[in-house]
Amino acid sequence: MEVMPFNDISYERFLKEDKLMGSRCQKCNALFVPPRSICIKCHGTEMEWVEMKGKGKLVAFTCIAIGPPFMMKEGYDRQHPYVSGVVDLDEGVRVVARIDGVDGSKPETIKIGTPLQVEFLHRGEADSSKTFLAFKPL
Amino acid sequence: MQRRRKLGRGVAVVGAGMSRFGMFKDADSKHLFAEAFNEMLATVDKGIDPEDIDALYLGNFTNDFFINQGHWGPIISDLLGITPKPATRTEGACASSALAIREGVFAIASGFYDVVLVGGVEEMSKRTTEEVAQGLAMAASPYEVKVGFTFPGVFGAIATAYFAKYGASREHLMNVTIKSHNNARLNPKAQFNVSIRDIMNQRIERAKNKGEPVPAWGDEKEFLRDHRANPVVAWPMHLYDCCPISDGASCVLLVAEEIAKNFTDNPLYVVGTGQGSGKGLHAKEDLTYFEATRYAAHEAYGLSGLKPEDVQIAEVHDCFSIAEVIHIEDLGFFKPGEGYKAIEEGLTRLDGSKPINTSGGLKCKGHPVGATGTGQLVEIWKQLRGEAGERQVPIKNLRIGATHNLGGTGGTCTFTILERR
Repeated sequence: MEVMPFNDISYERFLKEDKLMGSRCQKCNALFVPPRSICIKCHGTEMEWVEMKGKGKLVAFTCIAIGPPFMMKEGYDRQHPYVSGVVDLDEGVRVVARIDGVDGSKPETIKIGTPLQVEFLHRGEADSSKTFLAFKPL
Repeated sequence: MQRRRKLGRGVAVVGAGMSRFGMFKDADSKHLFAEAFNEMLATVDKGIDPEDIDALYLGNFTNDFFINQGHWGPIISDLLGITPKPATRTEGACASSALAIREGVFAIASGFYDVVLVGGVEEMSKRTTEEVAQGLAMAASPYEVKVGFTFPGVFGAIATAYFAKYGASREHLMNVTIKSHNNARLNPKAQFNVSIRDIMNQRIERAKNKGEPVPAWGDEKEFLRDHRANPVVAWPMHLYDCCPISDGASCVLLVAEEIAKNFTDNPLYVVGTGQGSGKGLHAKEDLTYFEATRYAAHEAYGLSGLKPEDVQIAEVHDCFSIAEVIHIEDLGFFKPGEGYKAIEEGLTRLDGSKPINTSGGLKCKGHPVGATGTGQLVEIWKQLRGEAGERQVPIKNLRIGATHNLGGTGGTCTFTILERR
């Protein structure tokens, strides 16, 4: 089977299959999520796909009251903010993701360092379907 | 590895002007740039014939998207009557006109041109807030946009990381907002030239006149803690942590050092310039600093031979309150984790030892994104020449000022150091 190219299109396809995938440089072993085709550590170009276990910790977050139209359509608004954040994966790399299972209207209850588990949020139908990378408290 | 840079020949600023920043129904990009240009001409002490301008570099980020018109270089050169002189647009998101400054500096330093006009323009207010947010998101990392991050959201997340690392809180960020408003109160060109206290008094007056319950805010921080007065945009960023949507233009005239005295006896010299690029949130090793700013600062300090303590005043890119705290650390004015304490102690106030954003900053002066970089230089021009009026800083022998401009979420950062000799 042909290896999928190490680009954002492949990354998104994997997300639709509930897989959080990154690329590993075969020369220096550096890991990248989302995948990179050029290693920013050694500039190597030989990559392999690696699946993340999907566990990590919250390192930063925000509760967004005024968001883009695609988020507002999901029912979020000034009274019901959604949460986006930065997650430190157990594999030692970080991703940005939606943070689910927390109350965006009570930011003081959301703690940096909280252990998280990956979740794949599927939205929309057929061709217009989208999968959002999300994490929720373990 | 960052090599020590040098300029082929010296570059001076001999004129600087800006339009009023704000939301204007009856003024478009051309109108605003003409305003800035005419003011700039009036500041050139010995005069300048526009025919002598060799080239224009113009920063603009979103006019393509907001008013469906791109290709602003020749529109502005035609407006000014300087065609067929070359006109080049520069794009670096909110740092677009800082890139214009650098192009102008390089063009003169190389010996190619002697007189270069650099400026920026942006027309944002004719769209809804949602459309503006969508337009500005064009400068974020695509991964961030996909998971719902907005610009205030990115800086909100950065703030939570800063709070967790250094023990700062929202209360500390309020000091930035209060200071910005106090400075902007003294700046007639500022979009919000009122102090927080003025805003509180206006609201109290309005409530009294309408016979509504009168708010009982004890001080500015109580006002900023009131979620009705200061609602959440992207926690911990509230309305008063965020810069507004603005229209505006600004420009600066750069000339070769050896001819500077033909234009004025009191020029400023561009002694340092630096630029860096940065990664998205997920790829940053630490969310509490901007590597692009640190790189730009290192380059500019190296070129000038100056140190952070030599810079007496600075305009920094306070698109959000937390950003100002981080920049004054990245630029070396204060140690990492000490910026919020310095602000609390009043060191960055107009009468402090290191005044920051005497114009009111992006927060209060306004942030017509493409016009911000050269707009910051206009403030330093006024301060170093002692022409800042009521907001003139009381520092004796004021000679060194600097501007820091940031594009996107730290993707493009610049630092420019100016000296009056």
